[in-house]
Amino acid sequence: MQWETVIGLEVHIQLLTQSKIFSSAPTRYGAEPNTQANLIDLGMPGVLPVLNAEAVNMAIKFGLAVDANIAPRSVFERKNYFYPDLPKGYQISQYQIPVVGNGHIDIQLEDGEVKRIGITRAHLEEDAGKSLHEDIADKSGIDLNRAGTPLLEIVSEPDLRSAKEAIAYLKVLHALVRYLDICDGNMQEGSFRCDANISVRPQGQTELGTRTEIKNMNSFRYIERAINYEADRQIALIESGKQVQQQTRLYDPSNNETRPMRTKEEANDYRYFPDPDLLPLTVTQDQIDTIRAVLPELPKQKRQRFQEQYQLPEYDARVLTATRELAEYFETAVKHTQGTPKLVANWVMGDLASALNKAALDITQSPVSAEQLASLITRISDNTISGKIAKTVFEAMWAGEDNADPDAIIANRGLQQVTDSSTIEAIVDEVIANNPTQLEQYRSGKDKLFGYFVGQVMKASQGKANPQQVNELLQAKLKA
Amino acid sequence: MHNKTLTELTQCLANKDCSSEELTQVFIDRIKLLDPSLNSFITINEEQALLAAREADQLRAAGKAKPLTGVPLAHKDIFCTKGIKTSCGSKMLDNFIAPYNATVVNKCNAAGMILLGKTNMDEFAMGSSNETSYYGYVRNPWDQACVPGGSSGGSAAAVAAGMTPAATGTDTGGSIRQPAAFCGITGLKPTYGRVSRYGMVAFASSLDQGGPMARTAEDVALLLNVMAGFDEQDSTSLDAPVPDHTATLNDSIAGLRIGIPQEYFREGLNPEVEAAIIKASQALEKLGAEIHEVSLPHTHLSAPTYYIIAPAECSSNLARFDGVRYGYRCDAPKDLDDLYMRSRDEGFGDEVKRRILIGTYALSAGYYDAYYLKAQKIRRLINDDFQQAFTKVDVLLSPTTPEPAFKIGEKVNDPIKMYLNDIYTIAVNLAGLPAISVPAGFVNDLPIGMQLIGNHLQEAKLLNIAHQYQQVTDWHQRQPEEV
Amino acid sequence: MELTATDVSKIAYLARLAIQEDNIPQYADNLSKILEFVTQLNSVDTDAVEPMFHSGHIELRQRADEAKQPSNSRDKILALAPDAAAGLFVVPQVIEDK
Repeated sequence: MQWETVIGLEVHIQLLTQSKIFSSAPTRYGAEPNTQANLIDLGMPGVLPVLNAEAVNMAIKFGLAVDANIAPRSVFERKNYFYPDLPKGYQISQYQIPVVGNGHIDIQLEDGEVKRIGITRAHLEEDAGKSLHEDIADKSGIDLNRAGTPLLEIVSEPDLRSAKEAIAYLKVLHALVRYLDICDGNMQEGSFRCDANISVRPQGQTELGTRTEIKNMNSFRYIERAINYEADRQIALIESGKQVQQQTRLYDPSNNETRPMRTKEEANDYRYFPDPDLLPLTVTQDQIDTIRAVLPELPKQKRQRFQEQYQLPEYDARVLTATRELAEYFETAVKHTQGTPKLVANWVMGDLASALNKAALDITQSPVSAEQLASLITRISDNTISGKIAKTVFEAMWAGEDNADPDAIIANRGLQQVTDSSTIEAIVDEVIANNPTQLEQYRSGKDKLFGYFVGQVMKASQGKANPQQVNELLQAKLKA
Repeated sequence: MHNKTLTELTQCLANKDCSSEELTQVFIDRIKLLDPSLNSFITINEEQALLAAREADQLRAAGKAKPLTGVPLAHKDIFCTKGIKTSCGSKMLDNFIAPYNATVVNKCNAAGMILLGKTNMDEFAMGSSNETSYYGYVRNPWDQACVPGGSSGGSAAAVAAGMTPAATGTDTGGSIRQPAAFCGITGLKPTYGRVSRYGMVAFASSLDQGGPMARTAEDVALLLNVMAGFDEQDSTSLDAPVPDHTATLNDSIAGLRIGIPQEYFREGLNPEVEAAIIKASQALEKLGAEIHEVSLPHTHLSAPTYYIIAPAECSSNLARFDGVRYGYRCDAPKDLDDLYMRSRDEGFGDEVKRRILIGTYALSAGYYDAYYLKAQKIRRLINDDFQQAFTKVDVLLSPTTPEPAFKIGEKVNDPIKMYLNDIYTIAVNLAGLPAISVPAGFVNDLPIGMQLIGNHLQEAKLLNIAHQYQQVTDWHQRQPEEV
Repeated sequence: MELTATDVSKIAYLARLAIQEDNIPQYADNLSKILEFVTQLNSVDTDAVEPMFHSGHIELRQRADEAKQPSNSRDKILALAPDAAAGLFVVPQVIEDK
């Protein structure tokens, strides 16, 4: 039987505010335990929450970016459960009426088709603290620094049909929240975390199968593996005549498997009710308009602009706008070159991308700056060096030679292109003289050998001869 | 000296008839004399109070005193006081030294007032008799076999017995007004949001409101001036200017329209209490007020509504008492659930547990709509009744309680009977309105209270009426025999 | 609405209260009476009524996003805790689900 996997994702992003969602304590990551939690975060008796306006603005930004409705009135509720990292015994969240309603995100599938993924809702809530298990023997320690960090939980429709689609969606979302500057996207530090709801059904069936939820994943690779594992597990269960149980599971990367959570399910009666300490949140049209006016350029708009302004193919525009930082790098490099955006695109997507990839660095960590790459590209377009020599220069720049200054490298290594026609002519003559057999064959009609002569000349000039001049001279001399 | 009103004491200090240190010592001595039997204090703040009093005297000598500088008061033990035990009447917080001051405490400190101690109360303010306190019941100074009312029973008894000239209280369903009535003092529950809730241990957040308790309306006005005001740390705090509540005390009440809600004068009301309240209304009529009959048709539903909403909010508010970060923890918990369950079972008393259970049930899956949502809808109807009435009259007048103080132990095993003691007070909290209880007579030698209810932010109006009433009556001046 | 002992145990677990076996019948009785008391609410049709979760005359205020280092010292806060070590609040081992 053909099976179809159905996936819906819940992504928690930590919002990039200075202070917490309901208190003025800083949101800084990595501080000494329990030093970034104030009386409110600690859930002291008598303390009260006061909402951070910036968290609301960020949620609205996100809502506008996914074409969602912004609720004129949304409600903070209490989600009640006991856990040591949850100081008040409840989490302040939004339940019945979230601030961001229905929206959507477009993703591109491998075959190039664009698919629209529905966003059900996005709501504001507070993060919990952390339980630590290494520090104290047989006991757990509680660090409440993270408690109260603002989160936006973004819930997708069950519109995704494979792990690959899920990852494509997550990458678009990841880029989007960084474009909006509402989340640093740091998955290692837990700024961007994902729960996946997964079910399978026979191809063609409209009714959904029983789903499981995999909690708290923070790497694209693990999410992809976890979804694939879980879908296979469910299919195997059904095919062997068993049933999928609705449950919450965890992905264990070291064994590449999912297993049920040990927390008692009966504990999950969260008894939501509107938080009496917080009145309904109202958002006015004025506020929405003000935020819309200062919304940064979003990936889709940037992609279109890149195609038009730089005459780039759609593919290049998509790759270069994948992250805000990459797009910025490209545009800086273009600004420092003259009229060669496609050449810049080729370099950024080619040599630079593969070097970054090999070194596992992202664009912000590139040892070659956009300005430096631009200088290198300028030397190609002004014929100081050939494209081929440029690769050598780039490698030297990457290695930090001469402070990654391409002009210094070219000068010190003597890599300037030879354009003096008498010098080139001398080399051409010498090559022709040294290859009488090939000359004979060429002249008797074996045209393909032209390339051989070009290669020999370039080699003899250590790649520095101007290729166009070499071509012209060879053409003239070989005919004679 | 202990018989003087707050107003008189400020004059004594201003005239240098006494020093704050002397005054403070008088009250400390009186607490030491009387409180072993009355039990209205959980903590006596002797050393710090005397220290603060000496500082107040220096300020006064330097000409830097404010009107209330050096005047003693007591805080209900629900207000967090930095460095001083804040128990909320519970074993759960018996060891809790608050790390910060409630906004109300800061305001009283800033006004120069001297904290004599923290008063006894029903555990987490849940009770109408002060019998649920972990620290034992408080005795009514008028009859030691009777309860002082609750939950601010310690504050009420302490004021009535002259152990403090004034005290703070909190009122979720009558917890300022009912003990004020039972103890023969004046107590005001302000408009929801008028007094900051920051640092006040929460019972039912949408109903809780701190307020002043003292002998006279004038004293209550003085203390309200200190307590009231916007607080950016409380999202439900009202950002509205605070009038000087003493400025309008002497205004005439001629032409004032007073509504008598019929539903507050039906079965369950002690006939002698009824007669006293009618008499009080006639006194106001003599002062020029008009009396009108009004109807609050959903009155009979306010108790059941309250006993869903308050427990629901409390079940969530009290979840933070989990034995992890502060407060009581059971011995040798074997795992996390054991830690939670035994710490909370051993740390909370019966009434608190009963309300947590009811509230948990009312919010649980499948019951939310039938109980919690239903109650919040009825609350709207109760609120609308008041707004309807306020289109016809300026204030409402009723008894504060259906009967005078009852005997200790009389209702402790019957929650419903206990809850019915609040039937005239809780609707006010559901609607967020201000209301005052004013001494209005005696029944069986026990004081009873008249309740005046106003529309939002009409505290000055209520105090004006109460003050005018106190100009023509002396109920508020009577004091229990030496206890 | 009659609550059974099982109901009470279930609610008690949700509320993390270790009600002693012996006391459960009394709680069941008390709670049932309270629930009976509140059934009066059903006498009114509220289909068209908006619930009133707050005193409706106040709007939610928001604060500016300004961070302040907590004024409370960690040592003083941890001194309030029944058990603390290494800068952490200490609890029996949490069954790890993360």
